[in-house]
Amino acid sequence: MKILVPVKRVVDYNIKVRVKSDGTGVETAGLKMSMNPFDEITVEEAVRLREKGAATEVIAVSIGVQQAQDTLRTALAMGADRAILVLSEESPEPLAVAKILKALVEREKPELVFLGKQAIDDDMNATGQMLAGLLGWPQGTFASKVELVDGRLEVAREIDGGTETVSLTLPAIVTADLRLNEPRYASLPNIMKAKKKPMETLQADDLGVDTTRRLTTVSVSEPPTRKAGVKLNSVAELVEKLRNEAKVI
Amino acid sequence: MTVLVFVETEAGQVRQASRSAIAAATKLGEVHALVAGDVAASDAASAAAAKVPGVAKVLKAGADVLAHELAEPLSDLIVALAGDYTHLIAASSAVGKNVMPRVAALLDVQPVPDVMAIVDADTFIRPVYAGNALATVRSSDTKKVLTIRAASFDPAPAEGGAAPVEAVDVTVKDTTSRFVSAHTPASDRPELESARVIVSGGRGLQSAENFHKYLEPLADKLGAAIGASRVAVDSGYAPNDCQVGQTGKIVAPELYIAVGISGAIQHLAGMKDSKVIVAINKDPDAPILQVADYSLVGDLFEIVPELTAAL
Repeated sequence: MKILVPVKRVVDYNIKVRVKSDGTGVETAGLKMSMNPFDEITVEEAVRLREKGAATEVIAVSIGVQQAQDTLRTALAMGADRAILVLSEESPEPLAVAKILKALVEREKPELVFLGKQAIDDDMNATGQMLAGLLGWPQGTFASKVELVDGRLEVAREIDGGTETVSLTLPAIVTADLRLNEPRYASLPNIMKAKKKPMETLQADDLGVDTTRRLTTVSVSEPPTRKAGVKLNSVAELVEKLRNEAKVI
Repeated sequence: MTVLVFVETEAGQVRQASRSAIAAATKLGEVHALVAGDVAASDAASAAAAKVPGVAKVLKAGADVLAHELAEPLSDLIVALAGDYTHLIAASSAVGKNVMPRVAALLDVQPVPDVMAIVDADTFIRPVYAGNALATVRSSDTKKVLTIRAASFDPAPAEGGAAPVEAVDVTVKDTTSRFVSAHTPASDRPELESARVIVSGGRGLQSAENFHKYLEPLADKLGAAIGASRVAVDSGYAPNDCQVGQTGKIVAPELYIAVGISGAIQHLAGMKDSKVIVAINKDPDAPILQVADYSLVGDLFEIVPELTAAL
């Protein structure tokens, strides 16, 4: 079983972005970029499936600017076998990404595409579901556990109020939630080895996919800020404030 | 303009998140509510949806294939009904997030998730970067597919309306996906997203035992829901569906009490629209204090029982 693992290069999750003063977007120049944290989880899960013998090959793919190859090298260092970089504009829309991935799925014929449930930059939480729709494949989103059982995929999903388990035919789409696993750190020898692993570069246009944006960003603004309130000295004072000033209890 | 809202129900009532989606949809046009489930469930759900003021018509889809809100048949159903609707809408709930992007892809539409405000029929405001920026986006798609951030719209009331119910033919099939089991522990507490008060715990609680021992009595006194930071969930102090933050639940209660939570940006993204925030933390420099209306700096293991006793 081949597994395709799309990974996205995003602003590192520890960095608080600032809105550009002209309101056209957020300032990303010079910021530390990393692999989207949910995608680290999917790379880890795919590599574990191969290590257990359930998968034969793990292919990492990234869609974006040239520097996304750094993200792919990280995936290779974590254990992916080879990588595909599809050059496009920075952060294309989920619809365009899903169409590009569909074209790659038709070429590579994986039985499983493993995506993070959302990217922490646009917070869309859409690409996996959209790819599943375009391919007509079943989807196991927000996965906290994935198991192959008698040729089907059992996926435990995070839902409101608890978890549910669904059983999917293969091929299938899975999107990972946080509890699925704890991703490994790439060791230095593996980082060195990753440099020799194959990486293919394609142009989005070569795949015959229309990536025209459907959403225009009119403006980007700072959210309203909260003012820090008051430090109180006692529980009694807090209860008094909540009762008489805030009137919430 | 006529708008289709996919509505979730629970225990004979339309879920609050879906009533927020209905409230948002009424800003766009006439609202038709779609309920789906097996035949019995769809009967109960359609009766509940008909009572929500603002709903002009209820579409009832009853069939075994729709029993568990699986994305595959549900998205096919919504696409089959999409017809002339200008907007297809659901709450940004676990179900809405699972289903609506698939619907959008099937219609060749780029969805607009987590809508916080509706500027006009094509233009919406949504959070990006964990809510550290708000993007106003205009969609060029003829049909819009939206999910609505419940905390941003006051929900429509549960009762007061009397919309007609129309049964729809269900021809969708699904052979790819099968429901196996659900684990949803019963709780007397309010749901996180609709709770008036939330007591939330973080790393400072130090163990699952402490998490329960210190937070539950306080939550009981306040009739509050219990939330948790990602660290608390990752450390096994609290179940995942308690997680408040960018990748968990987005909440905006009247009162949010953050106990032993430092306030990482991902957590703040999930609760900073709360009306009143209280922070209890031993670290006087914790970022949570920058957004809290009231803070007590000290040992939570002393402060929380004292607060519980004082209420």
